[in-house]
Amino acid sequence: MKIAITSTGNTPDATMDSRFGRCMYFVIYDTQTGGTEFIPNPNKEALEGAGPASVQLVASKGVEKVISGEFGSKVKAIFDSLKIQLVILNNPNTTIAQIIEKFTAQKN
Amino acid sequence: MARPKKLRKVINPPLIKGFRPIGQEPGKDRTPIVLDYDEYEALRLTDYELQNHLQAAVVMQVSRATFTRIYAAARRKVAASLVEGRPIVFRGGSVYFCSEWYLCSRCNCYFNHPDKNIPAITCPLCLSSKVTQCEEETF
Repeated sequence: MKIAITSTGNTPDATMDSRFGRCMYFVIYDTQTGGTEFIPNPNKEALEGAGPASVQLVASKGVEKVISGEFGSKVKAIFDSLKIQLVILNNPNTTIAQIIEKFTAQKN
Repeated sequence: MARPKKLRKVINPPLIKGFRPIGQEPGKDRTPIVLDYDEYEALRLTDYELQNHLQAAVVMQVSRATFTRIYAAARRKVAASLVEGRPIVFRGGSVYFCSEWYLCSRCNCYFNHPDKNIPAITCPLCLSSKVTQCEEETF
């Protein structure tokens, strides 16, 4: 299962980015292989429509869940129709490694 | 053309596609009665969850008068189906579906539930079942 996480940097020590549409990086984590992929966000500076464009990006990677701090109103409806689950973490200092660890702990 | 309808909010679509009457009556009219998704939701909120019209109208994000009209139409259609022995199908309506949001008490994360086919609700991060439903506006 693939999971997308919004990140402030391209290392596992980076903290989660609390915005979805204009985050710095997307992290795609595969629970089966354990692989992580860091993708810089091309929609960061977009004038308008950063949210829906970011939805297309993570959906094209085949993710089932997206973890971030907040989602704009335009993206919630699109994710609903794509049946992708959204998870909101309120603590902005959570690192990518901590989030990935929660999934590895699930497997055991 | 009449004024376009405001989209009604429906939390979950019905689990079934409709109903068929028992007992064959070859002479009777068997064209199905179409119940819209917003009419189904009106019946669910008022007759199943026993909310009053004001609370249910807030849930569906329409005015109380509009909700009463939707509910009355739903009741009329159900009564017609029972009396005339016609099947019911759930189809159509000016609706948008909006999944519910839940809060996990263990890891303090919010998540939604887009796949209605899976009934059990567990936290996607810590797999705990200690989740409470919460309003979308609280975060």
